[in-house]
Amino acid sequence: MHDKTLTQLAAALQNGELSSRELTAHYLQRIEKVGATLNSFISVTTEQALSQADAADEARANGKTSLLNGIPLALKDIFCTQGVKTSCGSKMLDNFVAPYNATVVEKLNEAGGITLGKTNMDEFAMGSSNENSHYGPVKNPWDLSAVPGGSSGGSAAAVAAGLTPAAFGTDTGGSIRQPASFCGITGLKPTYGRVSRFGIIAYASSLDQAGPMARTAEDCAHLLNVIAGHDARDSTSVARAVPDYAEALNAPLSGLKIGLPVEYFGDGLAPNVEKAVREAVKVYESLGASVRDVSLPHTHYAIPAYYVIAPAEASSNLSRYDGVRFGHRCENPEDLIDLYKRSRDEGFGDEVKRRILIGTHTLSEGFFDAYYKKAQQVRRLIRQDFLTAFEDVDVLMGPASPTPAFDLGAKKDPVSMYLQDIYTIAVNLAGIPGISVPAGFVGDRPVGLQILGTHFAEAQLLNVAHQFQQATDWHQKRPAFAEETA
Amino acid sequence: MQWETVIGLEVHVQLATKSKIFSGASTAFGAEPNSQACAVDLGLPGVLPVLNEQAVAMAVQFGLAVHAEIPDVSVFDRKNYFYPDLPKGYQTSQMYHPIVGPGEVEITLDDDTIQRVRIHHAHLEEDAGKSLHEDFHGMTGIDLNRAGTPLLEIVSEPDMRSAKEAAAYLKAIHSIVTYLGISDGNMAEGSMRCDVNVSVRPVGQEAFGTRAEIKNVNSFRFVERAIAFEVDRQIELIEDGGKVVQETRLFDPERDETRSMRTKEEANDYRYFPCPDLLPVVLDQAYVDHLREALPELPADKRERFQTELGLSAYDANVLSASRSMAEFFEEVKGVCGDAKQAANWVQGEFSGALNRENLSIEQSPINARQLGELISRVIDDTINGKAAKEVFQALWNHQGKNADEVIEAKGLKQVTDTGAIEAMINEVIADSPAQVAQYCDAEPEKRGKMIGYFVGQVMKASRGTANPQQVNKLLKEKLDAKL
Amino acid sequence: MVLEQTHVRRAAHLARLAISDDQASRFVDDLSQILDMVDQLQRVDTDGVAPLAHPLDATQRLRADEVTETNQRDAFQRCAPAVEDGLYLVPRVVE
Repeated sequence: MHDKTLTQLAAALQNGELSSRELTAHYLQRIEKVGATLNSFISVTTEQALSQADAADEARANGKTSLLNGIPLALKDIFCTQGVKTSCGSKMLDNFVAPYNATVVEKLNEAGGITLGKTNMDEFAMGSSNENSHYGPVKNPWDLSAVPGGSSGGSAAAVAAGLTPAAFGTDTGGSIRQPASFCGITGLKPTYGRVSRFGIIAYASSLDQAGPMARTAEDCAHLLNVIAGHDARDSTSVARAVPDYAEALNAPLSGLKIGLPVEYFGDGLAPNVEKAVREAVKVYESLGASVRDVSLPHTHYAIPAYYVIAPAEASSNLSRYDGVRFGHRCENPEDLIDLYKRSRDEGFGDEVKRRILIGTHTLSEGFFDAYYKKAQQVRRLIRQDFLTAFEDVDVLMGPASPTPAFDLGAKKDPVSMYLQDIYTIAVNLAGIPGISVPAGFVGDRPVGLQILGTHFAEAQLLNVAHQFQQATDWHQKRPAFAEETA
Repeated sequence: MQWETVIGLEVHVQLATKSKIFSGASTAFGAEPNSQACAVDLGLPGVLPVLNEQAVAMAVQFGLAVHAEIPDVSVFDRKNYFYPDLPKGYQTSQMYHPIVGPGEVEITLDDDTIQRVRIHHAHLEEDAGKSLHEDFHGMTGIDLNRAGTPLLEIVSEPDMRSAKEAAAYLKAIHSIVTYLGISDGNMAEGSMRCDVNVSVRPVGQEAFGTRAEIKNVNSFRFVERAIAFEVDRQIELIEDGGKVVQETRLFDPERDETRSMRTKEEANDYRYFPCPDLLPVVLDQAYVDHLREALPELPADKRERFQTELGLSAYDANVLSASRSMAEFFEEVKGVCGDAKQAANWVQGEFSGALNRENLSIEQSPINARQLGELISRVIDDTINGKAAKEVFQALWNHQGKNADEVIEAKGLKQVTDTGAIEAMINEVIADSPAQVAQYCDAEPEKRGKMIGYFVGQVMKASRGTANPQQVNKLLKEKLDAKL
Repeated sequence: MVLEQTHVRRAAHLARLAISDDQASRFVDDLSQILDMVDQLQRVDTDGVAPLAHPLDATQRLRADEVTETNQRDAFQRCAPAVEDGLYLVPRVVE
């Protein structure tokens, strides 16, 4: 059952082969059996899931036909879920039971989706390996000695291991696409503003965006159909009509113009990853696409710009964790300053502290212009690189990550970890959408092909990804772990 | 040495919106603690701000009222610091691109001269909550109901040169915001608070002296007193060879002094940067024009018109235009009775006196403008005399009758102007007062004018106050003089 | 730009993070590495380039001035570490 795609499961529910109760119980069993090994869930909401499943079955009997009705799903523990612990992977929020739902969660509930639980993640979404979680690292189901990627590592691992048909993540610098690539699944980061950020715990507000992670582009299209759209509670969400993302999936690709950014195929790219990506591009050529090299000249400056802008926003966004109204509070504070300092010292992990310190320093007097203003100027140049490229080509393709999943504990210093995001981070600075699709392996570790489009080109990206999945079977490969634990 | 005082004010005005600047929580005053602090106001994880259109409209209206530039684009910034009444760890404010640019305000001084004070800019921001220091086992309690209430911070240029000018400026701002209806202006409830920047310099010196900032002064009177104290303190300090330090001070109204807020002066570093949760606010010309057209007549224009069109004195015009409710009341009274001078006298005299005595606002007045206007009309058309008018006013004030005519009728106060009737009363009084008549006749001619008062009083008494005093005077004189 | 331990201590204080001496020297190393990497930005010619704060050139929408929130104090204070009489409690604030 758990080797089926979400689209297939939806059909089975629709034609009565399966009830949501059976389906949900099956996934809950899988989570119970192997969840601890992978450590991909922080909370499992068994009772709630089963009652949601019963309600979905009843709704279907009463004529509800929405595709997601009765489908089990998992949510990164960054989405606020009413009455359920929402930790953001942090000790700071270990005791935080959200009093409201994120807009994404509301929309999924309305569509009849079932929440199996909340997935593990890097603390406050800061990380590229899921090793920065207060709840311990997540393991990659393809190789338990490898990281699943981050920060949406729990969501990626859970989908890859067949613990849920699909999951939701957030992507601030690659946090959907990189773990999707490491775990051999499909993950879409929509255009900034396409999906409401309301109720998603903020890391860097001008970069954060939620998106679906599933087996296939087709699954992602159905999921995006439900969560996309304007939200009056998020000023940065965009009031723009939402197309039916599933409708254009089968458009032929003849005449598609693909650009390969030369900067995405340079130093630091693992040869086997490059080989897999170039093979994938050949598949597109066989489907009638044309390919040319393009240049994104400021690519090199994306990581430096990001590590000013994201920590600056984060340093401010995370000031609300002060031990006063919610979250961790130190024992017996001597005075106000002690309350603040110890609560925050005890509640935050090292990577979060590093980014708060970097952000505080770069915004402070005497440094603001050299760092923050400069980074925002560079941000404009980076966005312009993409907009210029999209005047000539329809989509850009390249690797999602310079290497396949690395070993747990392999990246000791922060900067070498940051450099992992070289191909994903500029996309967030520019606000454009991107998708990672499985495109081969290096040994037993998956490689992801990243496809980028211009603002609001999600339908095209999903079409381009789906056509690849019609022509290849990388997305159907299952880790041995999933088979063994079946 | 001769010293000159230099004063600039930062006035925080709470805007009279129904809901908060970035959330749908109520701004009503006096609710149970934290009952009007929603998830956004509390800064709970994941929630986001959405800007209140009314706060924007009110800020622009203020800008238009002070003839300010209204920039096309304004931007919200975050001012980062930790304090328990600041839930998010930052205040959303406008540092670099405020919603209102440079403008100017007319102020009226005690001698009725008019001066101009330049406005540097005005910006929108959110208010903080309140710390309550009553004893909670040695803890401080935090109420966040006020957090997120929209504030307009109006920053003046350092154009004022005396405490009186500063108070006049504050009154002018108060008058503008209440005229516009963008704030209730209630200083006791904190709807208007101000920070005062004060420095002194030798007369003739161009460079400003070092200033002290007096925080959170919340009445017109306190502004004057705080400045007076601070100026003396600074001059004394300098003349004794000391130096003024740039610092924040508090005014203590009980001891009538300012004192340093001795914080462990770690220089603040607010790390302002554009709020990523809010987008630039873009105002198009049509929107601004629409608000401009809808502006009410403002105090300065009204004062001007009261003088030129209605012929009031500068003093009267100033008093009557100071608040919108006063001006509107006056104009309605004038409309009913048709005589601006009489209306001005009554509104400032009898009416304001009665309000002050009972400590009532115009809105709470038991007598309305129509009633007062009709009463004045009855004086003008000689239906009643001035003495009776006061009695009618008092009766209306005490709800003894719906209008002046009813009271006049009920109390029989209608003025007797029938010459025959007055003559009859005069004849009677003269007949009853032979001694006084004899005295009158014997008196020196220049003293007779005074002596006639006795007879007038007797006649008025006989008429129960309703005889027309001018007529009584004239007829009495004729009759008495005939006896000489 | 060279990062000194005083910078880290100052940032930690502004950000209200307690850090030990040991942590401070570790953070100086980490943060120096990060800032060295960030310093590459100085090589980019940004003369005349306007800073970009949001990826889309969108403008702020405005909400109608309506009270839409109800009193949820009890629900919100359920996750609060210390409350009394509806107030959040903090160590005494001296003004």
